Amino acid sequence: MYTTEQYEGIIAETITINGTGGDAIHTYLARPMGPGPFPAVVLAHHLPGWDELYREFTRKLAHHGYLAISPDLYCREAHGTPEDVAAAVRADGGVSDDQVIGDLEAAAKYIRSLPSSNGKVGIFGTCSGGRHVFLAGCRLDCFDAIVECWGGNVIMSDDQLTDKQPVSPNSYTKDLNAPLLGLFGDLDQSPTPEQVNQHEEELKAAGKDIEFHRYPEAGHGFFYFDRPIYHQSSAVDGWSKMLTFLGKKLA
Amino acid sequence: MCTMICERAEMEGSAKGRDGWFPLEMANVSYDHPFNAPWEYGLNIDFVNQSQGVGSRVAVELSPQSAKRLAETIMEALKRGEADPQIKVSIL
Repeated sequence: MYTTEQYEGIIAETITINGTGGDAIHTYLARPMGPGPFPAVVLAHHLPGWDELYREFTRKLAHHGYLAISPDLYCREAHGTPEDVAAAVRADGGVSDDQVIGDLEAAAKYIRSLPSSNGKVGIFGTCSGGRHVFLAGCRLDCFDAIVECWGGNVIMSDDQLTDKQPVSPNSYTKDLNAPLLGLFGDLDQSPTPEQVNQHEEELKAAGKDIEFHRYPEAGHGFFYFDRPIYHQSSAVDGWSKMLTFLGKKLA
Repeated sequence: MCTMICERAEMEGSAKGRDGWFPLEMANVSYDHPFNAPWEYGLNIDFVNQSQGVGSRVAVELSPQSAKRLAETIMEALKRGEADPQIKVSIL
């Protein structure tokens, strides 16, 4: 817990890491000053892009004592304002799951290699990033905790599958290999409450270590304080639940 | 974003973006989260010329009802214009 007499300092900057296929991709890194050891969190940004909001989330996690790293998952596609880049990615059907998974793995590997790491790495994502972190938790073994926030299209019908998203993420449920915290708004339309129910039931049936929290007055993206969909009490409680979860699982 | 519903159509014409007019190449029409409009989902139209970079974009984000009204209005204006024998579309 932060108290006012404590010294605090963070360093935040854009760096470059080698992602999928060895490609150089821009990455935002925020870390507490000092030798550590600190736990770490990889952030998978939402489909609106590698934007200011995700930089703020990254710095917020560093403020709370985490090495925090947010790769630009659209770095190969284009550069411009986050909205212009995201609009181009949207028109192109998103980015491929394989590419994103490789980039998230590279970010985890990089941050675990820092001398101030305690060796534990979690992953957090919202919207399409929520979907990506669930996929990462199933397909990779480098994460010690997963925070999935309102992941859309975790459950996909056959007609939604594409070359870039060829498999419905819930097909991998049995492979999830880290504890998972899920935060969802009951007013959300993607995922719908019914889809969240199904997701939770499948995880429980597979015997996974999960903790789901549902917010009756929240819709999609209720952490997004720059948008009308922000829901204050749900967001405050969600952040609290998330920091408690990460504190336990990454100690 | 989360729906991944996007239709694309090649375009001829011009659009005025933040750096002035540019030749149109494509219209991308998505039913997904808007960036700015205050709904969870909207009908988003991006008029773009990607060959000039992602910044060559004119964006509108509409409610579904507004989008339908726009489509009907376009069709009505086209109907009147194409019915008028005095009007010929040609490159000047």
